[in-house]
Amino acid sequence: MALDRKIAYINLTTGDVEIKPIPLEMRKKFIGGRGMDAYLLYNHAPKGCDPIGPENPMIVSGGLLTATCASATARTHVMAKSPLTGLLGSCNMGGFFAPEMAWAGFHHLVITGKADKPVYLWIHNGEIEIRDAGHLWGKNSTDTQWAIRDELDDEEVKSMVIGQAGENLVTYACVMTGIKNAGGRTGLGCVMGSKNLKAVAVRGTMDIKIAHPVDALEHNKKFIDQITGAKVNQIQGALGTPFIWGATNCWGGVRTRNFQYNQMEYADEIEPEAIDDYAAETMGPHHMTGCFGCQVHCRAQYKIQSGLYKGKYDEGPEYTSLGAFGAEPDCKSIETVLTGNHLVNQYGVDNLEIGSMIAWAMELYELGILTTKETEGLDLRFGNDEALLQMVHNICTRTGWLGNVLADGGIPAAEKIGKNAFDYLIQVKGMNNLHSDERATPGLALNIATASRGSDHLRSRPAIDLYHLPEPVLRKIYSSPVPYDGPLSSEHTEYIGKPWQVFWQENVYMAVDCLGICKYHTVFLGATLPNFEDWPKVIYYNTGLEFTPREIWDAAERCNNLERLFNLREGLTRNDLKKGDTLNHRYFDEPCRRGAPDVIGKRIDRDKFNVMIDEFYKHHGWDNDGVPTSETLTRLGLENEPTRLL
Amino acid sequence: MDKFLTVDADKCTGCRLCEQVCSVMHEGVSNPAKSRIQVVKWEQEGIYIPVICKQCEDAPCMNVCPVRAISRDPDFGFVKVDHEVCIGCRSCVGICPFGAMGYNDTTHQVFKCDLCGGDPQCVRFCEVNALEYVSADRVSSQKKRKGAARQSAAERQAVALG
Repeated sequence: MALDRKIAYINLTTGDVEIKPIPLEMRKKFIGGRGMDAYLLYNHAPKGCDPIGPENPMIVSGGLLTATCASATARTHVMAKSPLTGLLGSCNMGGFFAPEMAWAGFHHLVITGKADKPVYLWIHNGEIEIRDAGHLWGKNSTDTQWAIRDELDDEEVKSMVIGQAGENLVTYACVMTGIKNAGGRTGLGCVMGSKNLKAVAVRGTMDIKIAHPVDALEHNKKFIDQITGAKVNQIQGALGTPFIWGATNCWGGVRTRNFQYNQMEYADEIEPEAIDDYAAETMGPHHMTGCFGCQVHCRAQYKIQSGLYKGKYDEGPEYTSLGAFGAEPDCKSIETVLTGNHLVNQYGVDNLEIGSMIAWAMELYELGILTTKETEGLDLRFGNDEALLQMVHNICTRTGWLGNVLADGGIPAAEKIGKNAFDYLIQVKGMNNLHSDERATPGLALNIATASRGSDHLRSRPAIDLYHLPEPVLRKIYSSPVPYDGPLSSEHTEYIGKPWQVFWQENVYMAVDCLGICKYHTVFLGATLPNFEDWPKVIYYNTGLEFTPREIWDAAERCNNLERLFNLREGLTRNDLKKGDTLNHRYFDEPCRRGAPDVIGKRIDRDKFNVMIDEFYKHHGWDNDGVPTSETLTRLGLENEPTRLL
Repeated sequence: MDKFLTVDADKCTGCRLCEQVCSVMHEGVSNPAKSRIQVVKWEQEGIYIPVICKQCEDAPCMNVCPVRAISRDPDFGFVKVDHEVCIGCRSCVGICPFGAMGYNDTTHQVFKCDLCGGDPQCVRFCEVNALEYVSADRVSSQKKRKGAARQSAAERQAVALG
């Protein structure tokens, strides 16, 4: 049964391991995955703890449906206090790690303490062993995984690892599994490195009993047909996320030259179709791959054809690599994008964050805030491919003054660089934004301003806002399972109704993260994809647990509020530019210079933005400062947290 | 008419949904260790190859079985194990050149693909058609088409070179 998967508490300082069952009432309240992680983090992280200190708990999990007979339950969730933001650290990755961990008997790991020398965890069919990792330290993310397989003599071992960036405590280092699956955001690879934990290796052959196997199988088929029937997923399956980048760039929503522009010009060489051709040439016509049990298969495979890394195999690039090594530094070479993508995968660093950091440094260099003195001779101008890739090396290995400074993350780096460097840092809560430009799309701007882990598109983005769906269609989606009769607008440049959409999306994304499902299988990019109404059956057939759509919504809202409570406890305040729910001044002051006619000239209206925030808080039952009221906490059963039941 | 389960590894995305649905279909559990099909991977190079029983004509498992527990299904042509007769010696596991015979450590029985009695679930769920269940006359048709395309391209090139 999925419900008999356990939670393990591992203390790396003492070497103690404790294994417990997960009570059913906790499942009903927090479901699993990210939601349960939020409970564990709020309960186990001491207030104000040092993110890279031994007391910061790192929580690794699979969702309630992980590895059951549901579609695309591949996601691994990791949580801790973030060394990048000092607030919620939370990341989610695909691949095959979480299912293997579930077959090995576990849904949640709570890792605390710090090992006195490099170690890795070996988790196998209910047993947990702490092993020496001295010989793995210094290896990149893939070599580490293959070395663990050799050592354990099992090709099926799946590992979540850090590369050199995590070892070097780059504050936005990833956890990685497989070739390119990255728990990229908020620097949890850095937390792993701070614990001297090089890897968590899992292998399991324990049954996950399906409550109603025949129904589960039949329903899964219907579900998959619904998911693969969506045009957006068919395109994802052919071109991957570069397709979103290409489409977004067309209308002017791609952050370019560190927010100076909202569109990259002359990008033909790195358009999705060009990447597809490249991948087909090096890997054959069927070059897409996917995560566990997923029929969307949105990842391209490729080999680098030229340059220093000629012949290297990798997967991707995703939207973020096109932003990080394309639009942001204004480099137009496919070789640069693919090489950059390969480097971040190998070092284990967040491509999104590192791309933004380098583009920011490039703008500072252009403005004269950084000079060749700080760059130690490196000509860090926009469009310099070589300097871009050199900076990736420098940051991940903390080489040179600038590399070392940028490795600390945006806000500390801005302080060290001085002058008005901070004004040019496109961040929220200390984390850089996706390489998208939200100045013309208030709903999306509200999303990044309020996302629980800092500027981020995967927490509450109402992406279908861009499709101009007729109002009745929007209303059908957004007024279930909780009735909503307020305004809704099909216009993506409008402000009205957006707070509700962002609130609704926040809950839908939390729900999929609790279940362990990928966001491409819910209302993220496709309006026809499953949501609250569709999940009760999947949960029931697979686990026997009964939920109503409303109960899933309530659980998601509960978990979102726990994340909010954690952030508030660690210092979030509404208008704090470094730790609050607000945006860089450029969103309000600098209009879009390129793009479609309804995008050019657009910027976010500060007053209307504040009204949106007010309304957004009201939907949550939060006060004007964004703090959950006592009625809200009681309604959600959170009035006594932390309760330390798990 | 005999139908065959064919594998086109080029098309496989490596998602392992086939393993998941196979173990649920046959055992009511999700557990790739009990799946009749397994995707063997060389992740370093991005190569994924689904491995499943070929239902050999001159089947080594059938030949090696000391108690004749393995026979061919008269309706669908697949090679099957009669667990009433099987003594659990695992000779079939050892001799299969494809590693397609498995051993279930819960039931202590060997297991293999039975084509789900004529409606293989792995095929049904494989959206990219890396797995197909086709009749004898179609078994090489895709390869033929691909080969013909290569030949035609080569011929066109030759003509162009004059």
